[in-house]
Amino acid sequence: MIKVYTSSVIEAPADAVWAQVRDFNGLPKWTPFVAESRIEGGVPADKIGCVRNFRLKDGGVIREQLLTLSDYDYQCSYSILESPMGVENYVATLKLTPVTDGNCPCAEWSAEFDCAPGRERELAQNIAQGVFQAAFNSLKQLLRN
Amino acid sequence: MIRVTRSAVIDAPIGRVWEVLRDFNSHWAWHPALGESSIVGGEPADQVGCVRNFFLKDGNHIREQLLALSDRDHVSTYCILDATLPMKRYVATVQLKHVTDGDRTFWNWQSTFEVPRGREKEFAKLVGKGVYEGGFEGLRAYLRRGSLAPARAANAGALQCQAVVATAFGGPEVLRLEDRAASAPGPGEVRIRQTAVGVNYIDVYVRKGLYRMIDPPAPLGMEAAGEVVDVGDGVAHLLPGDRVAYACPPPGAYASVRTMNADQVVVLPDDISEETAAAAMLKGMTTEYLLHRTVRVRPGQAVLVHAAAGGVGLLLCQWAKALGAKVIGTVSSEDKARLARAHGCDFPIVTGDYRFAAEVRNLTNGRGAEVIYDGLGRAAAAENLEALAFTGHWAMYGQASGPHEALPDLGAKSGTLSRPVLFHYTADRAQLTEIAGNLFRALRDGTLRVAVNHRYPLGAAAEAHRDLEARRTTGSVVLLP
Repeated sequence: MIKVYTSSVIEAPADAVWAQVRDFNGLPKWTPFVAESRIEGGVPADKIGCVRNFRLKDGGVIREQLLTLSDYDYQCSYSILESPMGVENYVATLKLTPVTDGNCPCAEWSAEFDCAPGRERELAQNIAQGVFQAAFNSLKQLLRN
Repeated sequence: MIRVTRSAVIDAPIGRVWEVLRDFNSHWAWHPALGESSIVGGEPADQVGCVRNFFLKDGNHIREQLLALSDRDHVSTYCILDATLPMKRYVATVQLKHVTDGDRTFWNWQSTFEVPRGREKEFAKLVGKGVYEGGFEGLRAYLRRGSLAPARAANAGALQCQAVVATAFGGPEVLRLEDRAASAPGPGEVRIRQTAVGVNYIDVYVRKGLYRMIDPPAPLGMEAAGEVVDVGDGVAHLLPGDRVAYACPPPGAYASVRTMNADQVVVLPDDISEETAAAAMLKGMTTEYLLHRTVRVRPGQAVLVHAAAGGVGLLLCQWAKALGAKVIGTVSSEDKARLARAHGCDFPIVTGDYRFAAEVRNLTNGRGAEVIYDGLGRAAAAENLEALAFTGHWAMYGQASGPHEALPDLGAKSGTLSRPVLFHYTADRAQLTEIAGNLFRALRDGTLRVAVNHRYPLGAAAEAHRDLEARRTTGSVVLLP
């Protein structure tokens, strides 16, 4: 089991940050690498168990299922059902914790998964920096404007 | 139930922040609202279950216990055991998280507790703002200080000062005010600008050469208070600007600025003046250990205090009375008997020739005194043994009439005897802070009243010694540099 953890401070009110990231169908709006996304079966994007089906700008398709959504804790978790990444048992959690000193949240994004031997380092690096940190950066950019 | 949560991002790696916060006794090094703190029983500060005993600078006193500590999760949980604040069921958790973006630290501090109805807002603010937000700022400043060591070099040079020096062993005439230099503090040292210096009888013994604690020419003095100018490397418990006091060897307190070992220096609570501290540290800490550590005086016990109107005697009478003891004292005059009575001595015995045992036995239905506090020495040995109750304790903390020649026949009473010295009780820093903390509390709540009746300029130390030796002083004597 490989664990990945990335965190950042997003300089915007926690509610504004949460409004962006709680939308399970909203990846194209705030990440730099998702071209389009839809919720399978036309169910609401905050219905637990719903599946988002999105296409990356590089062409890959990923299906992810919403496992947890908490407006109380500013937290959501999801698993990967299908992807070209070569990961198994992938579960990720994105959580905001308000920083009272400055009124902006600390955002934590973590994931656990299995993969083929030898690919651990590459995948961990790619997810921590190429996905999570890159998404944080574009989120910060978006909220600054 | 009140829940308070505050959080902040500290611009330092999590390892650095956790290194400080995991130490359950580090808080008073970085939190601006805290005075002295120690871990009860000298246990390690990362031992789950250990208790920290500390004072707030506003005078409040709190004991907290470490409930959980995790180096893996960077979590520390603790509760209040007892406090002079009306807070119940206070449980707090400190949690750190690594902010990978920028290698910083997220610090979440939260607690739940109860207070009397109607005071919720007041305490939510006290804890959230005063304790937690104040703590964030304090730790940031603490970490900056640690990384800005060269700032200490600003005062690297020696400071000119004045000191009273014994030029030889002898009478008060050997004392001379000299210009000297207080060197920059080395590792483990502190430099103090002193505002009040206590004068004690031990200084007279040192000046005369009876106690060989100096090699003249050398400055005298065992206790003082003032403000920290700067500290050397490795001193975590003091900061420039702190108001501090001490009572310890080696002599050298008769000075306007002093550089000394920081281990024996304690931070003063806001409500204890430097003059009071200089007047009370030596005699007050002596009183604390004699009544609580050498023996533990219990309500109803008969306690015999010799020289009951003397410096330590008046404090022993007050504190023993507050502990519920029956206080019997010996004094040399009716005036001193009145003074002792006004300070809690129930039965002052006026005696000029060390005869008191019969009277003590009369006052105790023939039993004698359970505890004798004896600073007299050999002249009263036989009378003391006669005045001691069966299984009583005889604490010989001084020897004004000369050292004892032989061990008294304690078998006559199944008595125990001690020969206690303050500096052995305060050698361990945790115990020092406990003793000093109890003294400050006793001064604050009125258990002890310390009368500073005589003030002299530093240069008039010889006159102060003459007055002290001629028994022209009562209460405490201080020099004001």
